[in-house]
Amino acid sequence: MKVKTIAEKLGLKVVCGATALERDITGGYTGDLLSDVMANSKEGYIWITRQVHQNIVAVASLKEHAGIILINASQPTQETLEKAEAESIPIMISDLPAFELSGRVFNLLSPR
Amino acid sequence: MKKASSVACKESKRPVCETNEKAATHTFTIEGGNFNSAGLVSSSIKSILKKMEFPVEIVRRSAIVSYEAEINVVSYAKEATVNLTIEPGLVQIEVIDKGPGIPNIELAMQEGYSTADRRIQEMGFGAGMGLCNIKNYSDDFEISSEVGKGTRLLMKIQTK
Repeated sequence: MKVKTIAEKLGLKVVCGATALERDITGGYTGDLLSDVMANSKEGYIWITRQVHQNIVAVASLKEHAGIILINASQPTQETLEKAEAESIPIMISDLPAFELSGRVFNLLSPR
Repeated sequence: MKKASSVACKESKRPVCETNEKAATHTFTIEGGNFNSAGLVSSSIKSILKKMEFPVEIVRRSAIVSYEAEINVVSYAKEATVNLTIEPGLVQIEVIDKGPGIPNIELAMQEGYSTADRRIQEMGFGAGMGLCNIKNYSDDFEISSEVGKGTRLLMKIQTK
């Protein structure tokens, strides 16, 4: 499933990286501890987090994530937006908390 | 060990020192305390290995261990030198920092143990996983430290 499709189906607000929305999502990971995400997420994953500082872009870029979804209507910092735009990593914002958002993303990625 | 001629660059935005592309050793510097540039050295290491067409898994593991080491330097040390050495069958990443050192390495290696302050933790670092990740994703890992001087990590990843 493409990043664009998830964004549309879940009503996510795309705040940057709009040029990379055609990327395929291979899975997802939810976490706020960057070491945990570094160790356990994989290429092509969508990453769900409440961290908003620019280091999330470094992690997403190193792990080649398909995109980042911020929970609870969290706003990324200006530096985060600029870095993500430069690296073509989509950042999207959801009003939902991590549990609910992860459930919905999971259901979209693993249809019964 | 072959030593490449390295050019020290002190640019704050990109503290990455590209050396002779043909040489087997690349040297980088990391600026302690600068979270804005955290990840740049790992990112350079990753692109070098990717360009050399190492298997995805080797590139992934090298990126994880170098990122964790980089975050440790940024979180605790003043500065560090990183040497990436590529030999037949082996990728070696050495990180030598000038910093406070680790008084008890055994304790520091325990998962969940961290001396990170609140500011570091709020960014999602300092969960006490860094050194464990380095150990788990390296084939061979050496750590030595002197309190008041600094810490040296040597991470080896076999490519064959």
